[in-house]
Amino acid sequence: MNTYKKLLAATALAMLTGGLMAGGAAAKTLVFCSEAAPGGFDPALYTGGETLDATGQAVFNKLVEFKPGTSEVEPALADSWTISDDGLEYTFKLHPGVKFQTTSYFTPSRELNADDVVFSFERQKEGSPWAKYVDGASYEYFEGMDFPKLIKSVEKVDDLTVKVTLTKPNAPMLANLAMDFSSIVSKEYADKLMADGTPGKLNEQPVGTGPFQFVDYQLNTAIRYEANPDYYKGKVKLDSLIFAVTPDAAVRVQKLKAGECQLTIYPDPADVEGLKADTNLNVIQEEGLNVSTLAYNTTQAPFDKPEVRKALNQAIDKKAIVDAVYLGQGTPAINPIPPTMWSYNKSIKDDEYNPEAAKAALEKAGVKDLSMKIWAMPVARPYMPNGRRTAELIQSDFAKVGVKAEIVTFDWQEYLKQASDPKHDGAVIIGWTGDNGDPDNFLATLLSCQAVNTSNRAAWCNQEFTDLINKAAVVSDPAERTKLYEEAQVVFKREAPWATLAHSLVTTAMTKNVSGYVPSPLGVHNFASVDVAE
Amino acid sequence: MFRYIASRVLLLIPTFIGISFVAFIFIRLLPGDPVIALAGERGMTPERHQLLMDQFGFNRPIWEQYFSFLWGIFHGDFGTSIASKRPVLADFRALFPATLELSICAMLFAVIIGIPAGIFAAVKRGSIFDQLSMGIALVGYSMPIFWWGILLIILFAGILHWTPVSGRMDLIYFFKPTTGFMLIDSLISGGKGAFKSAVSHLILPTIVLGTIPLAVIARQTRSAMLEVLGEDYVRTARAKGLEPKRVIGVHALRNAMIPVITTIGLQMGLLMAGAILTETIFSWPGIGKWMIDAISRRDYVVVQGGLMLVALIVMVVNLIVDLLYAVINPRIRVK
Repeated sequence: MNTYKKLLAATALAMLTGGLMAGGAAAKTLVFCSEAAPGGFDPALYTGGETLDATGQAVFNKLVEFKPGTSEVEPALADSWTISDDGLEYTFKLHPGVKFQTTSYFTPSRELNADDVVFSFERQKEGSPWAKYVDGASYEYFEGMDFPKLIKSVEKVDDLTVKVTLTKPNAPMLANLAMDFSSIVSKEYADKLMADGTPGKLNEQPVGTGPFQFVDYQLNTAIRYEANPDYYKGKVKLDSLIFAVTPDAAVRVQKLKAGECQLTIYPDPADVEGLKADTNLNVIQEEGLNVSTLAYNTTQAPFDKPEVRKALNQAIDKKAIVDAVYLGQGTPAINPIPPTMWSYNKSIKDDEYNPEAAKAALEKAGVKDLSMKIWAMPVARPYMPNGRRTAELIQSDFAKVGVKAEIVTFDWQEYLKQASDPKHDGAVIIGWTGDNGDPDNFLATLLSCQAVNTSNRAAWCNQEFTDLINKAAVVSDPAERTKLYEEAQVVFKREAPWATLAHSLVTTAMTKNVSGYVPSPLGVHNFASVDVAE
Repeated sequence: MFRYIASRVLLLIPTFIGISFVAFIFIRLLPGDPVIALAGERGMTPERHQLLMDQFGFNRPIWEQYFSFLWGIFHGDFGTSIASKRPVLADFRALFPATLELSICAMLFAVIIGIPAGIFAAVKRGSIFDQLSMGIALVGYSMPIFWWGILLIILFAGILHWTPVSGRMDLIYFFKPTTGFMLIDSLISGGKGAFKSAVSHLILPTIVLGTIPLAVIARQTRSAMLEVLGEDYVRTARAKGLEPKRVIGVHALRNAMIPVITTIGLQMGLLMAGAILTETIFSWPGIGKWMIDAISRRDYVVVQGGLMLVALIVMVVNLIVDLLYAVINPRIRVK
């Protein structure tokens, strides 16, 4: 251990055992006002963005990662990879000389190798000793992305080569491997914890290869990190990073203005103008990789008829929704995927807002005196700031074409559960933020036959659409995939299982002395490139 | 006195069983379940849902789940959170001091201002002070906590910069909690300015959380004092020529305090409800926010364990209040 490392370890130890650190001592500190406390510190166990920010983004790396500000995959811990002709074998060459973080609670004796990669995936499988290493452990992303069925094996070829074998070709695989649940954890550390009988610490004191290393977490208050001096891409510009947990959006704005934090996310749309007007702040807005929708239950009459759904779509004034609910911070949605996503079909025209035509189309379809339910989601999400208000606007739009709509709502968990049941009554306001930037993550997840009963809230099973999507998932040629997804969007628009409502802008606000922050379209927050002027 | 104490302590047993049952059943009566929350918008297949419900033991007969919950409590095991995978007791221990510290400060604020204001209003009945203070009390009682909190933050933290916006301590100070009470820990830490920072962070949440109890205590003190001041023995004391300070401070106040202490005890329990909002606004890491998050995620284990722990504490506080009655009022202990 060199002197610097000793000093660092001693500092961290002193901090952990009751020492006091004045902020001035750490030259460059960024305080990030985060919206919620992390669930824990194992990125594979959680699906919430607040946990992924605090773990996968800060502490860990993946084999491949999303290029900052995009959803394109670039090399990370793997320098390069080859894919076999049949699309079943992915062989990754690891970056040599990557060190795991040296912390007060663990000193690695070796560098990253293939064993760590194999372990990071194997541990998430049912039956592994790590499957239940803490009470209630469940690897929801691993399950949700179908990895147990999709991955046949992850094998070590040599110390710096790993082979992933699939059971069937899967084009979104690389994007999936860039997600935070695919973070590479230290096998040496995990083995030590298991031998010590304290495996649970893997979820409390993380050890990764990422830009920041964990120092301390005060429950529901603050997470402290310091720069990883051994970071394989070179030490980041910040010396330390603090997540200040601040659940209330209005309070986050006040903290930013008072200088108690330097960067915050998800302000109320109503506060954005005030933030922009503040000369001490910079506000970045960019199109989120998201969509909000009104999903008709396509198994229920009269919503089983595409002409009825299309007629209702014509009755909805989306611009009014974007103005009133998103306060202009969004765009009306035409397709089920956002315009920033590759394969977005620009040639598709939206159903024109025309109440008269809608009324006539409903009459033609034989629909008279229709009464229906609109489900208003009870929580705000980046894709939907106010479900109730949106439902009210749609209700009044529908009234203009003679459709009587009743607004219903439930507690969020119940809402999700009931909306997944194909027997639910009416049309559901819901939405989605992309996990990995692949169209499959929207189209297959939200609209395929296999997603009926889970995330396909329209319960829409159209074989033509599903065949296109499933084919696109197995071909590897990007041009061919694009063509298939474009075709699928044509089918979607023709059949109209949803009224596509809006794509929202995602807002990040920071003090003027913060530079280098690159917002991610995927809704995660990464501070590796950030600098703070003194 | 011994019989009185024994009867109060024995009463705790049926109360404990009753509360454990309510704590257990309440969250299960709400629609939804804890497993669905794990997958969010993605949802999960009915098969995986069943599998996880089995693994968590939520498909076992309800009585079996209840007895295993009780068994756990008697062994000091309050379960592990489904959402965070952390033991409920450990989280409670970490978060409860924050709620307690804030509650005590809020109650002290309410008592120190509320009781003198109530006494003074009663003694000067009908005066401008009486009408003004009782008017303010009514406004304070009716004030939505959320609005009041944001208002104070914007004024005192945002515009005047007199106090910090939220949190328990300036983030430049960093020490491991010894007691969990920031006022004490900041002193122990020896950090220059740490104690001052802890105090300044407490001011706004204390005012916000203390406003309703302050209003209630002031009004209760006033009406109790008015009632007592009209009693024969007070008139007798006055007729004997005792100085007014002594009549009010000793003869009247002591008897008027009985309903006031009851009110303080009840308000201490009710502070929990206010703490949920206050903690959310001020990013205060206490059990109010923790419980409400657990309820919305249907984290059965946290809700039942957390409620039980809160109930145990409220039971102990009530016991202390009951015993205090006996100390103050000899008639109670003789009965």
